[in-house]
Amino acid sequence: MDVKDIIKPENKVYGKCPVMTEKVLHYCPGCSHGTIHKLLAEVIDEMNIQDKTIAVSPVGCSVFAYNYIDIDWQQAAHGRACALATGVKRLCPDKYVFTYQGDGDLAAIGTAETIHACNRGENIVVILVNNAIYGMTGGQMSPLTLEGQVTSTTPYGRKIELNGYPLKITNLAAQLDGTCYVTRQSVQNAAAVRRTKKAIRKAFENSAQKKGTSLIEVVSSCNSGWKLSPIGANKWMEDNLFPFYPLGDLKDK
Amino acid sequence: MAMKGAIVVDRERCKGCGVCMVNCPVQVIGLTKEVNAKGYPICYMANPEECTGCTNCATVCPDSVITVYRVKV
Repeated sequence: MDVKDIIKPENKVYGKCPVMTEKVLHYCPGCSHGTIHKLLAEVIDEMNIQDKTIAVSPVGCSVFAYNYIDIDWQQAAHGRACALATGVKRLCPDKYVFTYQGDGDLAAIGTAETIHACNRGENIVVILVNNAIYGMTGGQMSPLTLEGQVTSTTPYGRKIELNGYPLKITNLAAQLDGTCYVTRQSVQNAAAVRRTKKAIRKAFENSAQKKGTSLIEVVSSCNSGWKLSPIGANKWMEDNLFPFYPLGDLKDK
Repeated sequence: MAMKGAIVVDRERCKGCGVCMVNCPVQVIGLTKEVNAKGYPICYMANPEECTGCTNCATVCPDSVITVYRVKV
């Protein structure tokens, strides 16, 4: 059968999600942000909640997320996304509210806001994109950087005696009574992407059922920050990040 | 029942990251030697007769540039 006979509108099985805008993503080639944006858009489209969703964008590469997903957005000061989302959700309790944050934003400057929003059990969804560095500003060490990992501020590798231990913020959040669903996922291959999409869907449903805070950590790659190719970065992530940040549900109640 | 698939790539939005290429279970996708207006190589069906339309490539594509078509044969 010729390719031209296959490419017909009635045979289409997968394409760009209509909730994504026409803007070209500014992210580097192979960046996990694009995939996670797409998954959020697909879940919003499938649940038909485009006009009922308010998201909070962080500081970092994904600050421009409001240009790409066609929903209502607020932009928070660095680290304050969970605090802003709390306000949005309390003022508009019938809306779906989620924050989209990197590890530098959520787990460094925003630790207090995140922990307290989770502890209060706000009915929001928190998406943590963990690439183990500050990607936008040039690959500096973040609290989630691995021991021995070379970054622009730890050129000889992260040393525990100087920089402390990597912070497993997701495990910390799972201990809190306010969280209902805490999971760690990834998006480097098709199976992982499908699992992450299921997790996002579940988190949104929890939010509708007022079960508490759902936190989804997506272990991601930052190939330009790690100075690797897109495919090499995914491999490095599987070899180095996954042993320390094992994937799976940490809490599901 | 066998499935035949095909992909269409938005050539100007593709960044040539190659994530689709390594996720294709039947090695259909390659990267072009020529580049688009932004200077990136573009993914394309180098081996179109093997495509089953499994949608793995489009699922992992960070820039949503791949549209998948599938028919039963």
